[in-house]
Amino acid sequence: MDLTTFLIQCLNSVQYGLLLFLVASGLTLIFGIMGVINLAHGSFYMVGAYMAFTLASLTGSFALALLLGLVLAVVFGYLLEWVFFSFLYEREHLQQVLMTYGLILVFEELRSLIVGDDVHGVAVPAWLAGGVPIGHDMSYPVYRLFISAVCLAVALGMYLLLKKTRLGMTIRAGSVNREMVQSLGVNITLLYRLVFAGGVALAVLAGMIAAPVSSVYPGMGAQVLIICFVVVVIGGIGSVKGALVAALLIGFVDTFGKVFWQQAAGALVYLLMAAILLWRPEGLFKPSQS
Amino acid sequence: MKTRIAWIAAFALLALLPGLPEPIGTAFHLELGAQVLTMAIFALSLQLLVGCTGLVSLGHAAYFGAAAYVVAMLAPQSEAGNGWWLLAASVGGAALLALLIGLLVMRTRGVYFIMVTLAFAQLVYFVVHDTSGFGGSDGAYIYFRPEFRLGGALLFDLQKPAHFYWFTLASCGLTVSGLGMVLRSRLGHAFAGIRHNEQRMRAAGFPTVAYKLASFVIAGGFAGLAGFLYAVRNGFVNPEILSWHQSGNALLMVILGGLGSLAGAMAGAVSFVLLSEWFQSLTKHWQLLMGGFIIGSVALLPHGLVGGFRALRRTRPAAREIAR
Repeated sequence: MDLTTFLIQCLNSVQYGLLLFLVASGLTLIFGIMGVINLAHGSFYMVGAYMAFTLASLTGSFALALLLGLVLAVVFGYLLEWVFFSFLYEREHLQQVLMTYGLILVFEELRSLIVGDDVHGVAVPAWLAGGVPIGHDMSYPVYRLFISAVCLAVALGMYLLLKKTRLGMTIRAGSVNREMVQSLGVNITLLYRLVFAGGVALAVLAGMIAAPVSSVYPGMGAQVLIICFVVVVIGGIGSVKGALVAALLIGFVDTFGKVFWQQAAGALVYLLMAAILLWRPEGLFKPSQS
Repeated sequence: MKTRIAWIAAFALLALLPGLPEPIGTAFHLELGAQVLTMAIFALSLQLLVGCTGLVSLGHAAYFGAAAYVVAMLAPQSEAGNGWWLLAASVGGAALLALLIGLLVMRTRGVYFIMVTLAFAQLVYFVVHDTSGFGGSDGAYIYFRPEFRLGGALLFDLQKPAHFYWFTLASCGLTVSGLGMVLRSRLGHAFAGIRHNEQRMRAAGFPTVAYKLASFVIAGGFAGLAGFLYAVRNGFVNPEILSWHQSGNALLMVILGGLGSLAGAMAGAVSFVLLSEWFQSLTKHWQLLMGGFIIGSVALLPHGLVGGFRALRRTRPAAREIAR
């Protein structure tokens, strides 16, 4: 492997890792703040990808589709929390697992009913097509760099929102003691609903920007969900910082695993998780450090 | 004692199914019955873990599938294999896998446990899926149903639907009585103690990790029994039986039926299999109905079918466990 290929694989790893982070951060936020295990989180990613496909062909503009999709995602998440999740907080984790498992089945079938079971491709928009030359004869697609940039921007925005604003402070306080925050006059129900909508929007955004690269296919939600579990477990459940580190780690292990050891690539990330859990049973970053 | 008589009566009634007249006792119904009983064994094994020890595993399909693959790999290609040996190998293999994974996952608890068991089941899935020796995504065939001989005589002729049904029923009966025995023993009481308050059990001097591991291995072994029956009945295994949907379905049966009781796991398995058969006969998009049913039952029946049944007739104290 020469230096150019190595560089390209590194960029691929970072792009894949950041995309995973975008999905996993929503999962870990919803768990860390609201204490809900959301198995249906992968479905939101799938919904995002299909939304990019449908909206891009309807509006004819990828940027417009992204914008419209985000708005729809927030509304979707808000309604979903209201109807299906608001009564789950008091219940055991087991019931949340079951409920969200039921939601996965419903989402998959609705997708099959509305859009069908075909695999679709989404075209890269013209203003992001083309490549950046690397070395003499290789080039790296601009669109993949765009994905990384969007993910980094979202990560930065999330950090600022959670750590530097009053809203973020209230959200963090709500994760520690719901009743206390409520008695201080904060509408915690609304706050949770917004956090949930935000988490859904993160997964939908990830699905939308991933669509041109990964194409759009049935079952893409389950695949990303499981790998996000690995990310969240390695990083420490509830820790956004941990999710970022773990997602990048998985990005590198998976990408280079596919290059060097094709047969075992599928199992490699799970082996990594096993090794890390033997060393640190609660993940790399404990939730209190998030 | 009363519940034991109820169990015996229930199994005796079930054993009569092949003898019933034409519209009921057909090969189709025996096949369906064997399928229901196989899933019931699977659900019972998970009940020990989830309902009785308080360990929520979302990777139970790994042991079910591993046992099925052991049968597919070890069964001879050109003749019927020795059933006793295949059964022992598949159950032992599943228990061994549960021991290996259990040693690793026992370091975690709560939500981590759910996710980590899921991830290990995925690991097993990918190993089977990506290794060509296991047949990859196409799976592998079992050409002859194994023979169970005692001395020289054929004990069960598994080619006949009625014999296979009885064999499955006997396995299910063994599972119920075996798990019932475990639950009544000192071991089972320790499991219940761990479910209620692990810290207190540790303070009382119980090595809780070893107890939890024991529960995990026993559950894995019985899941292996279900996997064995599945593989023999279908004559075919593919990686889908290791997938997390299978684990999710098992968890669903347990919660649907009611946590903590063996009767609950049976009720959950029976209603789940029959419901999914019914939904599949209605529409191609049957998962939509299934999903709606799951959501509805979580919202309306927080204590499962058995809990709902108990709420309907308050003649017995609700705290008493049906299994005891």
